[in-house]
Amino acid sequence: MATVEDSAHLPHDAHGKPGGWARWVYATNHKDIGTLYLWFAFAMFISGGVMALAIRAELFMPGLQFWQPELFNQLTTLHGLVMVFGAIMPAFTGLANWMLPLMIGAPDMAFARMNNWSFWLLPPAALLLMLSFWVPGGAAAAGWTLYAPLSTQGGMGMDLTIFAIHILGVSSVMGAINIVVTVLNLRAPGMGLMQMPMFAWASLITAYLIIAVMPVLAGVVTMVLTDRHFGTHFFNAAGGGDPVMYQHIFWFFGHPEVYIMALPAFGIVSQVIPTFARKPLFGYASMVYATASIAILSFMVWAHHMFTTGMPATAQLFFMYATMLIAVPTGVKVFNWVATMWEGSMTFETPMLFAIGFVMLFTIGGLSGVILSVAAVDVQLQDSYYVVAHFHYVLVAGALFSLFAAVYYWFPKMTGKMYSEGLGKLHFWWSLLWFNVTFFPMHFLGLAGMPRRIPDYALQFTDFNAISSVGAMMFGLGQLIFFYNMVRSIRHGKEAPQLPWEGANTLEWKIPTPAPYHSFVEAPELKAGDNGVILSMQGGEHH
Amino acid sequence: MQSHEVADNGHGADAAARQTRYYVPSPSRWPLVGALALFFLGLGAAFALNGVLIGPWSLAIGAAILVWMLIGWFGDVVRESRAGAYRAREDMSFRWGMGWFIFSEVMFFAAFFGALYYVRVISVPELGDAAHKLLYPDFNPAWPLVTAPGLPAGYQAMGAWGLPALNTAILLTSGATLTWAHWALLAGRRSRLLAGLGATVLLGVLFLLLQAYEYRHAMHELGLTFASGAYGMTFYMMTGFHGLHVLVGTLILAVIWLRVARGDFDARHHFGFEAAAWYWHFVDVVWLLLFVFVYWL
Repeated sequence: MATVEDSAHLPHDAHGKPGGWARWVYATNHKDIGTLYLWFAFAMFISGGVMALAIRAELFMPGLQFWQPELFNQLTTLHGLVMVFGAIMPAFTGLANWMLPLMIGAPDMAFARMNNWSFWLLPPAALLLMLSFWVPGGAAAAGWTLYAPLSTQGGMGMDLTIFAIHILGVSSVMGAINIVVTVLNLRAPGMGLMQMPMFAWASLITAYLIIAVMPVLAGVVTMVLTDRHFGTHFFNAAGGGDPVMYQHIFWFFGHPEVYIMALPAFGIVSQVIPTFARKPLFGYASMVYATASIAILSFMVWAHHMFTTGMPATAQLFFMYATMLIAVPTGVKVFNWVATMWEGSMTFETPMLFAIGFVMLFTIGGLSGVILSVAAVDVQLQDSYYVVAHFHYVLVAGALFSLFAAVYYWFPKMTGKMYSEGLGKLHFWWSLLWFNVTFFPMHFLGLAGMPRRIPDYALQFTDFNAISSVGAMMFGLGQLIFFYNMVRSIRHGKEAPQLPWEGANTLEWKIPTPAPYHSFVEAPELKAGDNGVILSMQGGEHH
Repeated sequence: MQSHEVADNGHGADAAARQTRYYVPSPSRWPLVGALALFFLGLGAAFALNGVLIGPWSLAIGAAILVWMLIGWFGDVVRESRAGAYRAREDMSFRWGMGWFIFSEVMFFAAFFGALYYVRVISVPELGDAAHKLLYPDFNPAWPLVTAPGLPAGYQAMGAWGLPALNTAILLTSGATLTWAHWALLAGRRSRLLAGLGATVLLGVLFLLLQAYEYRHAMHELGLTFASGAYGMTFYMMTGFHGLHVLVGTLILAVIWLRVARGDFDARHHFGFEAAAWYWHFVDVVWLLLFVFVYWL
């Protein structure tokens, strides 16, 4: 019979914090690993952002000023891959790492050692991606979707990209398994599934989507690889294959992937808004069911990315209606957020500003999505700048803004310091303004017929492109405010009070600030209400 | 330390609910080593495929590091298990984790089944329809597809009722011997357990040998290669990835056999055995689907 005393003699870290670089590279602590994820995501955000600025610089004027078309295509491709797989997804995983155990009363992630592998696979994959710029033929230039037959051509850069995607897939599937098992198995007594914070629900459902679709992406890029090097004809009609098949398999992954980048944002906003509205989340159960519905529907809508590939009308109608159906649970969510704020005692600290900005701008992106779901309209707007505007409203003003909201919201809990509220507000208003200056004109460009992924364009598109490029440069500049605020506040920020937000009432705020290195070493006994609101807590040991 | 909270080796929700602490492993070098391994493998594969000289070297280094990592990491896990670190709650984590891992594997194969159905139901019939007669007048879209619109003919399909049927019987038998071994483990009959597990490993090896023989036959006598159009590519891709999983499953079962021989596992505490068994049954089910949709229908 093994006892607790026995396991205490095992070499484990429950009683100390390893020092120096070993703390980070050999980490098994969910907070350390979460921090690694967040800094890595920020570095990738800057890298992908520099690529975006290079793209906007070229598009400031018609004609070719800075880059040859080949390099331009590489920049658009890598910008997308880096932002999706390097910035947004790891940032959400990092937040889940940091906050899930604190929010549900777990001592750590379920598989603490595998957790570190999930993180440390990211830098090698990013290195392979970046390295591809310097191999003969340059980086992948087929767009982040890597459509065949573009991706079955090209040089070594495409192979590096394929293997980078394999490694990223292994990383995110392991990370997702960790999240699912942590949520299902390590909740403290009293934290039932239908009491969990929305962020935990969103992370759980997102993780399920990742496990379901990342292997499909791995499969399809493997087919690209064998088409490139081993003589198969998956995407070549000469052998009985079909390039359109690539799109079907890719988007079977790709559409759930969109929700992988959106659902955690919904979860964050569902924590932030109740805190600053000082009201419980409106319609908690409907929020859970809406999240699950979106996840299930996301498997049935993929071909709305392919309305112009020559599908039968029946299929177009099916995918059109199925896509429109997603607006229903999404609308439930937006309604609930607004209803949560209704008659609340609202204050507008930086996290709340970003959350409200999220609700407004994400809704614009959602509505342009409904417009694009109409097959007859999409035939006109497919691959135009309208699509670029649409998905940047949901990914920048959606995913990224929610990430900012989360980082400002939990900054005191993570660091024990307060960020500068003035700089935070400046960061928000600056980002809000220049985001819209950058991306709103793209709607007009798309409606006027400007295609995406081109380095040069007809003269009539000049004005809006110039405005958009200025907006992008300013937006990029504004992110330095965020960086400065974070670094300065970590070093010299004011000590954060135990409860920096008056209305915060989930579990992570019931433990000391900053969070102790080991929290909930012993599970607490909880009494919890909707959305993780803690009514009472007993026990729970930290050090 | 909570002396009242005596952890037993029991399983299930009750034992887990009594457990208030959870084992968090100490800092470990293995994740970083594993990341290095995959970096060298990825870089080496890309270089090797493009004829860069250091490619195969990088692949070899990556593979060596990976093997080192697997031995070291699983070694730590076995040590922790023997020291009693894994109790009911940890055991449940492993069960959930393995289940979700197998689900991810299911989805990986789903991508290839999707491709198979797509070529069989959509792209091949379309390439043979009236609209394409002008382009490919002689193309016959019958499945199994032994011609392709733009490729030279001269290969044949693999029949279902020779070797593949025998391999189906072998895998099904191996599933039965494994379950027999599991019963022996539950009953505490170690020698029967070793026999059942050993038989399963041998059946796995036999399957792989026959599969290798079948590939040889397909390539040399049927002229069927990876480049033989929609039939050849789905045949080799799907049976190839399945064969790879049989190889891995056989290695896992062999390691479990060695652990049993060393005295690991008892009737209540044997998640490692069960995980290997789940994996083996999953591989078995994939084969049944392959037999129906790749070989037979």
